[in-house]
Amino acid sequence: MSQIEAAAPKFKLTVSRDLTDVAYRLLAVALICIALSLVSDAFLTANNLLNVLRQASLVFFMASGLTLVILTGKIDLSIGATVGLSACVAATVIKSTGSPWLGAAAAIGVGSIVGLGNGLMVTKLRIPSFIATYGMLWVAQGATYYYMSGQSVYGFPTGFRALGSGYLFGIPIPIYLMVAFLVIGYFFTKRTTYGQQIYAIGANTVAARLSGIPVNSRLNLVFVLSGAMAGLASLIYLARLNSAEGDIGETLTLPTIAAVVIGGTSLFGGVGSLFGTFIGGLILTLILNGMNLLNLNANWQPLVTGLIVLLAVWLDMKTRSKTDSN
Amino acid sequence: MWTARSTLKFYVGKKRGRRSDDHLHEYRRGVAVPPFAICPVERMVGVTTMAPLKVDGDARAPLLELRGICKTFPGVRALDNVSFPIWPGEIHMLCGENGAGKSSLMKVLCGAYVADEGELFHHGEKIEIKSTLDARKFGIAVIFQEFSLVPYLSVAQNIYLGREFPGKVLGTIDRQKIRSEAQRVLGMIGSDIDIDAPVHTLGVAQQQIVEIAKALSQNARILVMDEPTSALSDTETEHLFGMMRRLKAAGVAIVYISHRMAEVFLLGDRITILRDGKKVATLLPDETSPGDLVQKMVGRKVDAIHRRGANIKAGEVALDVKGLSGPSGISDIHLNVRAGEIVGLCGLVGSGRTEVARAIFGADRVTAGEVTFFGKRFTGGPDEATRRGVALIPESRKLQGLALIRSVGDNIVVAALDRLFPSHVFHPGKAGKVAQAMIKKLRISTPSARRAVQVLSGGNQQKVVIGKWLTADARLFIFDEPTRGIDVGAKAEIFALMYDLVENGAAILMISSELSEIVNVCDRAYVMREGIIAGELSRERLSEENILQLGMHHE
Repeated sequence: MSQIEAAAPKFKLTVSRDLTDVAYRLLAVALICIALSLVSDAFLTANNLLNVLRQASLVFFMASGLTLVILTGKIDLSIGATVGLSACVAATVIKSTGSPWLGAAAAIGVGSIVGLGNGLMVTKLRIPSFIATYGMLWVAQGATYYYMSGQSVYGFPTGFRALGSGYLFGIPIPIYLMVAFLVIGYFFTKRTTYGQQIYAIGANTVAARLSGIPVNSRLNLVFVLSGAMAGLASLIYLARLNSAEGDIGETLTLPTIAAVVIGGTSLFGGVGSLFGTFIGGLILTLILNGMNLLNLNANWQPLVTGLIVLLAVWLDMKTRSKTDSN
Repeated sequence: MWTARSTLKFYVGKKRGRRSDDHLHEYRRGVAVPPFAICPVERMVGVTTMAPLKVDGDARAPLLELRGICKTFPGVRALDNVSFPIWPGEIHMLCGENGAGKSSLMKVLCGAYVADEGELFHHGEKIEIKSTLDARKFGIAVIFQEFSLVPYLSVAQNIYLGREFPGKVLGTIDRQKIRSEAQRVLGMIGSDIDIDAPVHTLGVAQQQIVEIAKALSQNARILVMDEPTSALSDTETEHLFGMMRRLKAAGVAIVYISHRMAEVFLLGDRITILRDGKKVATLLPDETSPGDLVQKMVGRKVDAIHRRGANIKAGEVALDVKGLSGPSGISDIHLNVRAGEIVGLCGLVGSGRTEVARAIFGADRVTAGEVTFFGKRFTGGPDEATRRGVALIPESRKLQGLALIRSVGDNIVVAALDRLFPSHVFHPGKAGKVAQAMIKKLRISTPSARRAVQVLSGGNQQKVVIGKWLTADARLFIFDEPTRGIDVGAKAEIFALMYDLVENGAAILMISSELSEIVNVCDRAYVMREGIIAGELSRERLSEENILQLGMHHE
């Protein structure tokens, strides 16, 4: 046995699973960029590329919190509705007080509360996260409709709008924020004990609990973070749109999940990374951008998104079964 | 020794005697044809419940013969030139350490793997098994440890799942026929399970019988069973053995994988030993001994578990349990363990041993009683128990002990994250060093700390679980079936580790179904029966007989 095992490393790449995953995806990004620059002159312009990154940043904010939830093996379907509720509350707060800071606090606060609700349903009431957050989707959506009662709020102070559409040294402000959160997120997931515990919970929740990890409190944490990040995303969304209506977040949940999945995070938990999610969001945005540049009918977009998700998951399963078979 | 067909002798008789029969002995040596291959089965005493089985092809050839089977995975030669025949009506024991190739062989037989090289002969005709469908066609069925039953369907529906008899109207099924056929198949093996009971209401033993019935209903002539008794009680085991003997008498061949010596010698007609993917030998039970088998399995001389020397100094009370009761079915549990002691917790499967361990560790709710660790009252969950220096090595490594997809290193540090990194900032380099040191200390056989723990053998996986708690600085260890499913060599190492722990002042509570382990390893033991502590045995009174005496149900 020992000789056989000692011979094994020859066949094993020493790079970690995460790194190879990300490398494959960067390769995909490069290929898409080359393809798009060949078919469209407008693609490889600074303006367009910055625009892609700005759109990708919005996806990233929503998807980063969700990535943490999915890493634990749970799911948060209420992301879009949380963005909607946070955006609408923030919009009215900013309108009535004139203070973007209070609005920001309101958005992140509302998001966190929704997230805590999700977490408690999962940890205390033991409702499967798929059902708990699906219910929360309707509750938050309904609360938003009731709160807005068909009105829309628009026209925010310039300072606040800079958050979504402003530039610093020629680069959109959301991109700076995205880079900052990418760094913070990397540190949190890879360089804190919390991050390690999140991966451990996703890989085997029972074993994690029996290894002394406070599973419930960590699950509450990731749901709160997911809600808070949705709140933050709602601010950028609001600042960009400059108006809020009741249905603002309705269509956001599924593309967010798509970004996480394309980014290589396993829906079963324990495998994946925030950087992967960033690239997943980027791939999604690039494809949509390419379709716009080529003047393809927007009706094709969901279909293409779906195909990419399926392709990404299939490729993941293929590479994974290869590494697992020994 | 099994190839010369010309030396086959015909045996025409009507005898059934097992070991005393000379000709049967010759058959088992491979010289003669098994009696039931020729003599009508109905005439054999005691098998009237089972109809004779149809034999297609040459009855004098083995039911299945493997010749030079090889299977290679990257870095591992899982099967290396394995050859042996399987005769009708024999129980063929397959022994070997974990990683010896038993599972791979099983998967080749059932079509889950396709062999790289080698040939299979069915009744003397060359066949190829490329899928599970092929295997079924040739009457090969595997009863895995995890069953493939649908919990909410009835016994009858499960037996004929996917093969329902069509009803009179197109697209409908004939429920009555499914029921009557299921009843017939169960009757054949002498089982009285209610065919209308949903499978999830049955115990493990009954579910196993349903699996066997399902296999037989598909005309299985070769049953491959993977450690079928590992989750059964003694009575259930007896029942299963009776059923196996009946199947065997009817001409079914059973390939039986077991880690339990007693079973190997009780049931086996022949014993094939695998090591490192190679066949070491095929032996008759009469010409070998447990010690010899172990040596052949391990390939080097291993000391059997010697009874540990008497414990001289037991220290402070590490664990004190008073009147513990809980909804998991345990009531009024009193026990204590001192530093430097190994205390056994035994009893039949289902007597509440695991439940006691879980309740002590805070993993299950308790309704009454108190637990004290190192003199301090404990209430809380597993996280608090871990902080207090308590470790639980659970019954099921794979489901409860390890994150299989994570690396060896990740698993080793997971319980010690707060201890190693009190500021919550995680340093991969430091974690790697700690893991590396533990791999070295416990001699865990893995090429790298970054290797996923799922590719390790059972014994090495168990060492990872123990390493996890050593890294967490635990001082009270609760071992739940620490040697289940691991090979003899690794068992000895696990016990050596436990001795080392207690010598250094740790306290151990050990649950085991292997009574010899309890007797040889423990300083004293508590025996459970139906959720209560039936008694305590001091070192002087600790014997298998006394444990059984206390643990048996007295109706």
